[in-house]
Amino acid sequence: MITLTVNGMEHSFDGDPEMPLLWYLRDELGLTGTKFGCGIAQCGACTIHLDGYATFACITPISIADGSEVRTIEGLTEKGDHPVQVAWRDLNVSQCGYCQAGQIMQAAALVDSTPDLTDEDIDTVMSANLCRCGTYPRIRAAIKQAAEARTE
Amino acid sequence: MSNNPVAVARIANVSRRSILLGLSAGSLVLAVGLPTLSRAQDAPVEFGADAMPNGWRDDPNVFVSIADDGIVTVTVHRSEMGQGVRTSIAMVVADELEAEWDMVRVTQAPGNEPRYGNQDTDGSRSLRHFFDPMRRAGASARTMLEQAAADAWNVPLSEVRAEGHVVRHAGSDRTMSYGKLATAAAALPVPDREGLRLKDPATFRYVGKADIGLVDNDDITRGTTTYGIDVRREGMLYAVIARPPVFGGRVVSVDDSAALQVAGVERVVRLDPPTIPAEFQPLGGIAVIARNTWAAIKGREALVIEWEDGPHAAYSSEDFEAELEAAVQTDDGKLILNRGDVGAALAEASTRIVAEYYIPHLAQAPMEPPAAVADVHDGSCEVWACVQAPQVTRLRLAQRMELPEEDVTVNVTLLGGGFGRKSKPDFVLEAAILSREVGAPVKLTWTREDDLQHSYYHTVSVERLEAGLDAQGKAVAWLHRTAAPTIGSIFAPDPRQKLPFELGMGLTNMPLDIPNVRAENPQAPAHTRIGWYRSVSNIPHAFAIQSFIAELAEATGRDPLEYLLEVIGPARLIDPSEIGDVWNYGESPERYPIDTGRLRKVTETVAEAIGWGRQLPVGSGLGLAAHYSFVSHVAVATEVEVVNGEVHIPRVEIAIDCGAHVNPDRIRSQMEGAVIMGVGQALTTEITFQDGRPQQGNFDSYLIPRMETAPREINVHLVSSGGYDQPLGGVGEPGLPPIAPSIANAIFAATGTRIRRLPVADQLRS
Ligand code: FES
Ligand code: FES
Repeated sequence: MITLTVNGMEHSFDGDPEMPLLWYLRDELGLTGTKFGCGIAQCGACTIHLDGYATFACITPISIADGSEVRTIEGLTEKGDHPVQVAWRDLNVSQCGYCQAGQIMQAAALVDSTPDLTDEDIDTVMSANLCRCGTYPRIRAAIKQAAEARTE
Repeated sequence: MSNNPVAVARIANVSRRSILLGLSAGSLVLAVGLPTLSRAQDAPVEFGADAMPNGWRDDPNVFVSIADDGIVTVTVHRSEMGQGVRTSIAMVVADELEAEWDMVRVTQAPGNEPRYGNQDTDGSRSLRHFFDPMRRAGASARTMLEQAAADAWNVPLSEVRAEGHVVRHAGSDRTMSYGKLATAAAALPVPDREGLRLKDPATFRYVGKADIGLVDNDDITRGTTTYGIDVRREGMLYAVIARPPVFGGRVVSVDDSAALQVAGVERVVRLDPPTIPAEFQPLGGIAVIARNTWAAIKGREALVIEWEDGPHAAYSSEDFEAELEAAVQTDDGKLILNRGDVGAALAEASTRIVAEYYIPHLAQAPMEPPAAVADVHDGSCEVWACVQAPQVTRLRLAQRMELPEEDVTVNVTLLGGGFGRKSKPDFVLEAAILSREVGAPVKLTWTREDDLQHSYYHTVSVERLEAGLDAQGKAVAWLHRTAAPTIGSIFAPDPRQKLPFELGMGLTNMPLDIPNVRAENPQAPAHTRIGWYRSVSNIPHAFAIQSFIAELAEATGRDPLEYLLEVIGPARLIDPSEIGDVWNYGESPERYPIDTGRLRKVTETVAEAIGWGRQLPVGSGLGLAAHYSFVSHVAVATEVEVVNGEVHIPRVEIAIDCGAHVNPDRIRSQMEGAVIMGVGQALTTEITFQDGRPQQGNFDSYLIPRMETAPREINVHLVSSGGYDQPLGGVGEPGLPPIAPSIANAIFAATGTRIRRLPVADQLRS
């Protein structure tokens, strides 16, 4: 039996321990905010926080999350007011929006964990997340805005 | 199309419907080619939204509802795939309605064109075709509210005025809220279109304003949106399908015993292969149905299938490239343009320049792969799907399920990107077939491998260009041979010629100021499914033509900007039908002439912005391209830096003239996105085939740009001409075609190496 906390709620699971967290979240818990894009750690659409670290849910077997705390886009904040979420809305970052949950989770972890963000930090970390619509310039701008809001 | 965007053309829609009407393949091709000529002589020729299947509607009762708390709900009938159409249409309606933006909500229409008008979200035409009808819908609703207030106060209509979500009586300064008026207003007749008062555009509060937040911003940033892949229904099962690895293949035998042992797998279902032409039929194969997606994927891996590969088993990109190259060497291709006497002019020219360009297959690869949920039971079929063409989806479901159209409901979710892929409802049909088979709701998911290996691929082209220059270096003869499999191949058995709508994407409608022009189209068969991809045939045409013009400049020692402007020629209005394009994106040639003045203007805009002519360090260079598509004029200037054979792009300047701006922020975002997609096309993205099988399976081999490979800086210039009473141009697609040639031209300036084959990949590595 695997037990884990997802967005503050405790869950247990006795199915296939190999099942990636992505499908557990989406199909078993109905938390569809976390997206499928590639299944092989290439696109970041499935980015979640596992014990606070940005993690690709598509390649993380649920067994690894045993005893861990998982946070998804639905539980990033109660009111949708993380500085990253606010900046995303302010700058109309999204196009189709499909990649954005992953982008926001990646960016939130980056902004929260890095006090003096450089352009290089942003490029390096955010290059893990693909956006087919091409929202990168706005993602970059929004992260800078969020980082500033954080330090204020 | 689009997206966006995305990529589909009006004639293409005619073709979809034509098949439904049971036309034979032969007449289909004719109908596709020359819709206006196949009409009765005296019938009025229709253009724009009038010519689309099911046309347009502007009935406020269909598009606007107001609750007694004042909340205005706008029904958007076009699919949202990132182009911002849900926001833009709501802006138009809300503005004419004099509604407060924070009181406006959006709901998505199901597939039902008799009710909503055309819903094919492609061809960059949602606002082009629906700006006026949506203005009228908003204005009619506003007039009905005013009338209801006038009736309540017993004063003439002329004395009341709607503003800020209330109706005010000027004389008495009484006001009544929209919520209070809603019921009475709804009971009133819809005012006549003729006498309707539209707002003076100078008083627009939302239209043309850059600071409108997306209606889906809150849901997207909180993860509460619903895309096709997110839909959940009570008792739903999950499916994936093993499809024939080669288009046209079929299952010979299957051993599903191991698959059925996988925990969670419930059923294995065999699906029939399509008949040819395949159109939007599912590809057949073996479906695994399970209690969750993971079990379905594991079950599929455990299948042992023997395939028969069929007629395209030998399809190889390498061989096919050689075949296309051979085809463009001969002069026996179909003649598609002939002005002046190219043969004589070439013979007399002082210099002759020839170049050939190769543009590969591409996959749209929307970030959300195709996915749909279907619930088929007791003579009804309901689906939830990310489709660009909801009505076509409905018609095809009705046919396949043998149900009347009324018993088929197509709920349109958000689309996680479309780019033309989701114009084809094959994946929705798959879900419905499986739901009917197992008697439960089924979610069908395409994995990324499924998406990249069973796409409706962008075609593959060889373009051969030859020019004759006079003693001054001016182009006097132009010969273009284009060979590429046609989109018509999914609608008819083995056509080998490009259709007029494909040729009208930047070839037959090229405004060249050259006296002798000839174009030929040698045959090319299709060995896979060919489909629309954002901006479609404009991709190869623009790449070849804009590269070639820069090559001519180089050959004559002239400045590429000056040479490009010379080839475009002086500012003038060109009737596309007079230069050989009968299609013109389905628009009237009078309302939508090609305007070389506008093309020059956008070109000069980006040249100035990039600092054209400035000195750059060794290894850096500037490139230009201009292209007219989807009745908009676009130019791009790119700066590249080539280091150790790797191309970096510090800056791109892009200018579009698409007429008046409805949602300037979304025009900008579409240009930004087009630039980045274009960078991928130029540098890395390619689908190749070997033994009939696509060689790319996921984002580790189909390389789309990442933040670190995208341009550092993209500046969008909105060059506006004409007011809101002038025709609007497309936005979702026209940004894309000039990107790749501008990059290739910049690479030449930086390195002296001319890129004639896309993508660049490692061509610059020594
Ligand atoms: S789905 Fe996990 S990285 Fe793409
Ligand atoms: S916004 Fe569409 S994939 Fe990123």
